Amino acid sequence: MEYNYAFLILLLPFLSFLVLGLVGMKMKRPVAALIGTVLMGCVFAMSVYTAYEYFFAVGRDASTGMYPTVTVFNFTWLKFTELLTFNIGFRLSPISVLMLIVITTVSFMVHIYSFGYMAERDENYKVEEYEKGMQRFYAYLSLFTMSMLGLVVATNIFQMYLFWELVGVCSYLLIGFYYPKHAAVHASKKAFIVTRFADLFFLIGILFYSFYVGTFNYDLNAQPELNSALAGAAWVMPTALFLMFIGGAGKSAMFPLHIWLPDAMEGPTPVSALIHAATMVVAGVYQVASLFPIWVQYAPETLHYVAYIAAFTAFYAAAVACCQRDIKRGLAFSTISQIAYMLVALGVCFAVDNHHGGLGYMAGIFHLFTHAMFKALLFLCSGAIIVIIGSNFKEYMGGLHKYMPITNICFLIGCLAIAGIPPFAGFWSKDEIISACFQFSPFMGWFMTVVAGMTAFYMFRLYYVIFWGQSYYELDPENRRKPQEVPFVMWGPLVFLAIISCLCGLIPFGHFVSATGQSYDIHIDMSVATTSVIVAIIGIGLATYMYAPKKTPLADALAKKMPKLHKAALNRFYIDDAWQFFTHKIVFGLFSKPIAWFDRRVIDGTFNFMAWGAQEAGETIRPWQSGDVRSYAIWFLTGTVALTLCLLALL
Amino acid sequence: MNLSIFVIVPLLMLLGLWLARNDKQVRGVMVAGASVLLALSIYLVFAFLEARETMPADQAPMLFTYPCVPWFEPLHINYSLGVDGISVVMILLTSIIVFTGTFASWQMEPMKKEYFLWFTLLSIGVYGFFISIDMFTMFMFYEVALIPMYLLIGVWGSGAKEYSAMKLTLMLMGGSALLIIGILGIYFYSGAQTFEILDIAHHTNGAHAIPESVQNVFFPLLFIGFGILGALFPFHTWSPDGHASAPTAVSMLHAGVLMKLGGYGCFRIAMFLLPAATHGFWIKVFLVLTTISIVYGALSACVQTDLKYINAYSSVSHCGMVLFALCMMTETAATGAILQMLSHGLMTALFFAVIGMIYHQAGTRDVRYLGGLMKIIPFLSVGYAVAGLANLGLPGFSGFVAEMTIFVGSFQNADTFHRVCTIIACTSIVVTAVYILRCVGKILYQKVPNPKLEKLHDATWDERIAVAGLIACVAGLGMFPLWAEKIIMDAVGPIFSVIM
Repeated sequence: MEYNYAFLILLLPFLSFLVLGLVGMKMKRPVAALIGTVLMGCVFAMSVYTAYEYFFAVGRDASTGMYPTVTVFNFTWLKFTELLTFNIGFRLSPISVLMLIVITTVSFMVHIYSFGYMAERDENYKVEEYEKGMQRFYAYLSLFTMSMLGLVVATNIFQMYLFWELVGVCSYLLIGFYYPKHAAVHASKKAFIVTRFADLFFLIGILFYSFYVGTFNYDLNAQPELNSALAGAAWVMPTALFLMFIGGAGKSAMFPLHIWLPDAMEGPTPVSALIHAATMVVAGVYQVASLFPIWVQYAPETLHYVAYIAAFTAFYAAAVACCQRDIKRGLAFSTISQIAYMLVALGVCFAVDNHHGGLGYMAGIFHLFTHAMFKALLFLCSGAIIVIIGSNFKEYMGGLHKYMPITNICFLIGCLAIAGIPPFAGFWSKDEIISACFQFSPFMGWFMTVVAGMTAFYMFRLYYVIFWGQSYYELDPENRRKPQEVPFVMWGPLVFLAIISCLCGLIPFGHFVSATGQSYDIHIDMSVATTSVIVAIIGIGLATYMYAPKKTPLADALAKKMPKLHKAALNRFYIDDAWQFFTHKIVFGLFSKPIAWFDRRVIDGTFNFMAWGAQEAGETIRPWQSGDVRSYAIWFLTGTVALTLCLLALL
Repeated sequence: MNLSIFVIVPLLMLLGLWLARNDKQVRGVMVAGASVLLALSIYLVFAFLEARETMPADQAPMLFTYPCVPWFEPLHINYSLGVDGISVVMILLTSIIVFTGTFASWQMEPMKKEYFLWFTLLSIGVYGFFISIDMFTMFMFYEVALIPMYLLIGVWGSGAKEYSAMKLTLMLMGGSALLIIGILGIYFYSGAQTFEILDIAHHTNGAHAIPESVQNVFFPLLFIGFGILGALFPFHTWSPDGHASAPTAVSMLHAGVLMKLGGYGCFRIAMFLLPAATHGFWIKVFLVLTTISIVYGALSACVQTDLKYINAYSSVSHCGMVLFALCMMTETAATGAILQMLSHGLMTALFFAVIGMIYHQAGTRDVRYLGGLMKIIPFLSVGYAVAGLANLGLPGFSGFVAEMTIFVGSFQNADTFHRVCTIIACTSIVVTAVYILRCVGKILYQKVPNPKLEKLHDATWDERIAVAGLIACVAGLGMFPLWAEKIIMDAVGPIFSVIM
């Protein structure tokens, strides 16, 4: 199979970006949206076809039992040295094909959904004309999709870095989409700078890696001499890989670099669904997965640090998610927690083996897949609610199940999926992750099980405060807008994603992706499964008990009883403030301002002083040459006399 | 191809300008001349590539050398010309900037004619510098490029223009004084009886090498002399004031091209002719100074409030990157340095063009008084945003290509000291993002702070040509960098075979 059309997968979204970006403002808004959506549909179709070809029509290599890695094209973009070339290409491997499916599915749904969302929003919020900019929105979405696809099909780590930066800037542009809003601008800036800070480490990691390994490629099997070259410098690989992981931790919002993601919710909700839930934020996971064989071979110890960091992040984010008022921020913390699950799964691996030690690889990617579907679903549902209610805050919601039945069901499916209730998607992947954790250490296994319970709790808390409880509208029906169901163009994608979320857990995932590449049948470890389901049900039960009634005395009482803890959790444990202190007080206050002062006063002062000195010297000497003949005569005379006297004295 | 044409065409432009009667004719002469120069430069690139094909790869690719015309016999000063890959791309850059600069100063008032006369004279100096291979001729053209700057800033500038013009000229003249000592030093100690760079390099390669102790005396003089123009810390202070006061197109030409003379000279004269000194003590000193330049410029830019100051400090940082890469002493890094010269020239010209246009409209460049421009003047705002993103090294624009080549190249030097410097220099990519986004967020986004700003007009057609042309170049180089890199690397290789 040739996959000759593959370049179109990257080219079409880029064309869409160019067209919409250059002449979009002259088009009618539906036309612009249609162009973006149709082209995205083509890309979606091509990706599905590619996946079909890759997994089924061509299938496994008969001798190795693995899906072959296909490089469709790969050209030199930049040549650094004879050895190091910066290639841009298109590479199909099981995980990249899978990511193609994830990205194009979610992106296509978001393209459709956004049409309704943006129109509804423009209507409900009474925004000014320039804020609407649907053309701009679709242009950015297309650019993002192109960049994200380029990232996952990268043939080498530098190409990944290139597209990595591009998705970063798309995220920046989309978070700041409502640019007259101060909060949006601030959030976009924060997102870009925090991830850029992390990317610095990524870049340094690439530099180390490329220098010692002599290539940017993922595949090291081509260089058997490498082992001896690295033997002398055992620190190199773990350092390089961990530095690269820091870059991934920035994008995937691992503690303490997670601070940008909750603020990123200032962007339009479809964007949150696409970029900040399903695709871009899992780039870090994808990066670790792409380098997985290298990690396991050269830096197994360091890989476990990834697991520890991620496990802490999972717990931290789940704790914060339990008391967010803004539903999107609640979902954002949930995303952080779930991505951390994937990284834990990758981090607990210690061997390239399907059953023991390498199960986490399959589990992590599986969770990435299922999570993308149900988290996109949850975000799109929340977008539907927000656009109808006109606010992000839970106080304005409540009792919506009567008014928005379809959204209600879809959201519930998403909640069940993320909570890990069988047979919904999340159960299957999370169960594999927890099994992998138990293989690593019992502590890790129990820890992640507890976090799974917390997940169930905070998701159902969210569900109850939105759809049940006291309705905000009914408190004052005269003056308040009556909530209603969203139009088909919005609920269509919701239903589609809900169906996928119900079913995709049943995919025999191990047949497509596994640590060794060979086929693997998922076994459900009954003890693990039962425990995690029981914990999840406890979480749901607790949430039902606390939040399902119209009034929530217990929750309020708890918050009152532990005001400090509640406040700390609400303020995300002050991590943001710590960073704020770091940037403003330390970097700006201790470096930038003194340097600027030094430059103007000391360095410039020195040169000005020299100029002043020259001028003063000139001023002092100038009167000597006065042009006054009489004073010349006096000097002349005095000089002559003095010289004569000297001569006489000498003689 | 006779390279003298790059001096003759501007001379004809001077004649045309002198004869021109009204604004229309002045503009006509400028556009015609600038277009011819641009066309010639593009032709030069193709002609160069074609001629290069037929040459053996190991031969020093100095092409189109002009039979040297003796100029001042007793001192063996000749008018000799020649270009290699580096000069070719620099000439192309100059033509792009002159072309777009012409459009950017379309509405220059008052004394349009005189303004363009000096502007053209400045470009003669730059072209002459890039096509000469005789050190003395180069030096002469260098001086020709510096003097018009004084008048252009002093007469047509803004703010404290007399002070800035004087400061800039004096500091650069101070650099020239060091240069002439260095050039004469090479002339007398090489014993080659010529000022011609290639002949000196040929002569001193081997037994007649200049003694290392002598090289160590003249190398810092030349490096600092050129470094002043390349905004080497701590001799960069002319740059913020000078750029802030200069009129738009002059800032473009100055930051875009003139500052590149510094890096070009450092490489072509200081490092090429004094190879032993590049392995000595001084190069380490300059490595430290350039590393400071990079971080220092970026951090200073974070707290400035004048848009031009921000960009001037950003230029200090980015030009510091050029000299930094040269000090790294690897072929890839040097290629990156030249790419960075090209890329920074285009980016910063775009930046200054847009800032100048915003200033022309709004009457202020203070970020605290601007805001919400995206809504009022979308074209210029997008131009500013693109310039900003290119500056912070976004892939797809030229900055990324140049910076990555520099970083990868620098990392090839396995020495720990060099490596630490590289990592410190890398941090600038974060700081750059901070000051760029701070500006973009403040002046383009958010609410309009001042109702007076609501009345601004978006770019006129001439301004649009300048901005769109530069964006196209920045994006073109950023997306298809290989051709430029090949041309440059081809020229860097032979020079490095002498240095190493």
